[in-house]
Amino acid sequence: MKQYLLAVQLDESKPEPEEEFEAMLTRTGQVTEDMKSAGVWVFVGGLEPSHASTVVRPGDGTVTVTDGPFTETKEQLGGFWVIRCDDLDQALAWAGKCALACGQSIEVRPFGEIPQR
Amino acid sequence: MDLDSVYRAEYGPCVATLTRLLGDIGLAEEAVQDAFAVAVTKWADALPPNPGGWIVTTARNRAIDRLRRESTRDARHAQALLLNQPDEPEEVGPVRDDQLRLIFTCCHPALSPLAQTALTLRLLGGLEVPEIARAYLVPEATVAQRIVRAKKKIRDAGIPYRVPGESDLPDRLPPVLTVLYLVFNEGYTSTSGELVRTDLCLEAVRLARALAGLMPDEPEVLGLLALLLLTEARRPARVGPSGELVVLADQDRSRWNRELIAEGHDLVRRCLRRGQPGPYQLQAAINAVHTDGPATDWTQVLALYDQLLRHSPTPVVALNRAVAVAEVHGPAAALAAVDELDLPGYHLLPATRADLFTRLGRTAEAVAAYDEAISLVGNDTERAFLQARRARLGGT
Repeated sequence: MKQYLLAVQLDESKPEPEEEFEAMLTRTGQVTEDMKSAGVWVFVGGLEPSHASTVVRPGDGTVTVTDGPFTETKEQLGGFWVIRCDDLDQALAWAGKCALACGQSIEVRPFGEIPQR
Repeated sequence: MDLDSVYRAEYGPCVATLTRLLGDIGLAEEAVQDAFAVAVTKWADALPPNPGGWIVTTARNRAIDRLRRESTRDARHAQALLLNQPDEPEEVGPVRDDQLRLIFTCCHPALSPLAQTALTLRLLGGLEVPEIARAYLVPEATVAQRIVRAKKKIRDAGIPYRVPGESDLPDRLPPVLTVLYLVFNEGYTSTSGELVRTDLCLEAVRLARALAGLMPDEPEVLGLLALLLLTEARRPARVGPSGELVVLADQDRSRWNRELIAEGHDLVRRCLRRGQPGPYQLQAAINAVHTDGPATDWTQVLALYDQLLRHSPTPVVALNRAVAVAEVHGPAAALAAVDELDLPGYHLLPATRADLFTRLGRTAEAVAAYDEAISLVGNDTERAFLQARRARLGGT
């Protein structure tokens, strides 16, 4: 079994109206429930928008703290699921459900190591 | 049969089988290469009765030896896989299903199109990196890097080594068909240098045959095979005595391969009976009309292009349809259709316009269009053809 990160690439330049946001939460919540029943769910998290980000950079023995996300791009990490699957095809099938539920692109990325049981 | 042809024929199937046994494409390739290195000395006098089986067995034993010498966790895992195979009879040959699994793995949509093609040619066709680089006009280093990266991605992202289930096939089959189609096309009209690269044509036909043998119920698979066979059948007549390009209308039909045409026609009839015409079946049907009887029935061809255009409304299909329009309704009607098309950098658009202008007696415009086509064409034989046509018009 491998673990996959399904990362929501949120287009922050197009904020959603309130009622659509509520409907999106209902749909993504349903996908999470389906993941739990299928036994693939590990973790889920929604993030505050990138204006809430702060970056800590290493300097010469000290660190500097700056406001904002690491890179200023239109798409920012909006939230993510971590799931446990047999292979990429299974992870892609779940990512498809996530993409339709939240209306955003999903980056699917495998975790590097099989965690200790 | 010599060792070289055994390598060409058996490399792909053996890598496919070893990938199943080892669960890792990289290890499988190393093992098969080891086995061929042994074969060079062992087969000096005569080939074994089942060369593929010999290579698989030898590769498997070499892989076990190699894995025993290594002590990483991955190696122990792979060794366990190999040793736990149920007892197989000695010298079992490559399994055809393994090749199908490997085709679908190489053409997984999670890999870039160039990686899909390069990996298919390398792993299934046994082509070397420089050959693939030449065919696709990309530097060798790029091809090598794409192949390495694609193999790593297959392993690290967990791309499965299997034929997708029935419900996933509609999504997963098209890239497989596209790759085989592209390989054939690159062979049939190379993007640079000589007109034809016979090895690529034959490899694409071989893989399409393997796919059709394994999936005889998929009409588009049969359609693709039929299309490749009917196109391949005309290859001997496509180049004249001094290496010049001979267009369809001027070809000596007695030089066409009758056997391939009969097989292609039979396949077209078989898949059309299913009543689910897709783009490959329609293109095969068009080529069946071209190869039926002493001359092409252009009305039928145009009707098929109309159907194809509804299916795949691309400017390239529209351009090919315009050629049929010229034959049925005349060059003026065809020119009107062509003038709506936008295909930047594609030499066949100005080449077609040049031909239509010539037929309409609009010489100056024809010359200008030939000049544009000549500036865009990459293949030497096609360039010579266009230059000859332009020269016939006179002027500068």
